Amino acid sequence: MTADADSEMLSITLAEGARRLRAGEITSRRLTEAFLDRIAATDDEVHAFVTVTSEAALAEADEADALLASGDAQAPLTGLPVAIKDVLMTKGVRTTAGSRMLDSLIPPYDATAVGLLRDAGAISVGKTNMDEFAMGSSTEHSAWFPTSNPWDLERVPGGSSGGSAAAVAAQQCIASLGSDTGGSIRQPASFCGVVGLKPTYGRVSRYGLIAFASSLDQIGPFTRTVEDAALLLQAIAGPDPLDSTCYHEPAPDFSAQLERGLDGLKVAAPREFFGEGMDDDVAAPIVAALDLMSAHGAVIDRSPSMPSVPMALPVYYILAPSECSANLARFDGVKYGYGARGGESMWSDMEATRKHGFGREVKRRILLGAYALSAGYYDAYYLQAQKVRTLIRREFDRVFAEHDVIVAPTAPTVAFKRGAITDPYQMYLNDIFTIPANIAGLPAISIPGGFGADGMPVGLQFVGQRLQEADLLGVANAYERLADWPTTPPVTAANVGST
Amino acid sequence: MPDADATQFTSDQVRHLASLVRIELTESEVEEFRSELASILSHIDALSEIDTEGVPPTNNGADLLNVEDEDAAQPPMPLEEALANAPQREADYFRVHAVLDQS
Repeated sequence: MTADADSEMLSITLAEGARRLRAGEITSRRLTEAFLDRIAATDDEVHAFVTVTSEAALAEADEADALLASGDAQAPLTGLPVAIKDVLMTKGVRTTAGSRMLDSLIPPYDATAVGLLRDAGAISVGKTNMDEFAMGSSTEHSAWFPTSNPWDLERVPGGSSGGSAAAVAAQQCIASLGSDTGGSIRQPASFCGVVGLKPTYGRVSRYGLIAFASSLDQIGPFTRTVEDAALLLQAIAGPDPLDSTCYHEPAPDFSAQLERGLDGLKVAAPREFFGEGMDDDVAAPIVAALDLMSAHGAVIDRSPSMPSVPMALPVYYILAPSECSANLARFDGVKYGYGARGGESMWSDMEATRKHGFGREVKRRILLGAYALSAGYYDAYYLQAQKVRTLIRREFDRVFAEHDVIVAPTAPTVAFKRGAITDPYQMYLNDIFTIPANIAGLPAISIPGGFGADGMPVGLQFVGQRLQEADLLGVANAYERLADWPTTPPVTAANVGST
Repeated sequence: MPDADATQFTSDQVRHLASLVRIELTESEVEEFRSELASILSHIDALSEIDTEGVPPTNNGADLLNVEDEDAAQPPMPLEEALANAPQREADYFRVHAVLDQS
């Protein structure tokens, strides 16, 4: 196979790959080898992967080819290489959540979403890097190494699912899974110029997702196209008896509305998403995107106001650390993961385990959460945050009573340089436009929306109604077709590295 | 909101929180976290100004209530699998430091 054919394969989508595999034009073996070669050639610079599972991927590719040859490949994603964020349990494959605490964890089971992805026929090429326990917005807080942005290796890919976003942008896999608690899928998708979808809370089972903030966490896909996001969501969504917060309704056809177009679509652009905090170079392409949609029949309403939305960030920084301080209590150095020994007592061993096992960002959030939950502060912080959460949900309900979808920027800036943000709260501000959807439990997607400063990608975010991912994907697909932005970095060291 | 003046967040409070969550901190970490937590709390304190009189709390991302499952026994995780990731093991148990003082 020629180098040209190889590079063409690397930009393939799930939809196109599935078609060509079934038509016998390519094999899963060849496709998988092309991505593994690409990882070998570029990951010294991108650092998207914590673990690459070449051998298992090739064995699975051969099985897929046998099924395809026999005409018996029922599963929709048969033979297509994907990557999985290292926060999802993968049976027999080291799973670290970006933390020294889980340096050597080999899970005895698959997360439900991972098992469903395997059932759908997809092949995992490996586990992607992330901020430790999914806490961060730059993938600089991984215990292992920072991940680079394939558009500019000096810059961060966003976070916490930075490895999953960078791997798709750098053409190291066709698609990947991430998790989104306050924007950890959408913000890195924005920074890396790919599609990132956070489904409705409860749409995808969280069983086997290493918990950060359980009332906010949700698993979702990174892809090159909106059509692929629908395909990947189809594979992982649905009820699960192992997660009682998962909706019981079977998943609908998420591709059903892809052809809906924009004609007559009522789009809300609430003022609170277009004001303070957004850089001018991000505002310009977002405004251009609204104009383009308007020119094609969408009715853009800039009048809605959601006065509680600016409170979403403070609400998040009470709820998420509080839930994390409880969830991460399980890391006691006894049952699995890192365990310090040799102290004077069980307690000193436990304190040493958590001192060495957790990084700074994780410790800070556990302490903050413990404070918000402690006696005398619970009502003022945790309960008050839960009440303001209700106000934010009601404001979304009000806007959706008169509009089909909400549009907003995904992030207030383009990807920043590694090491550029050292103040914790400044880092938290990355998520001001993504957190509201988590607070309200709503589905939201970031898709390429043009380019800002220094030619870096800008993400356009759509927020949809509860359980209406099909409509949301339809709107996003309509814009994607109109705009047709490139999703592959033009010339980067990562591209130069491949031959 | 109690202690709304976040500059009053003290090193002793950090040490107390660290003991609650069982994380050993160095003295320099205590000072760093005190300063960072004070800064974060000063931003968060805006929440106290929101009128939430009569507003019920939301404690779940979904709107599910009283989820029930069939009460049926499932096969447990095999012992060897459950113990495979233990930092320290003895026979079929997790090995830890003595929990109770034997003196």
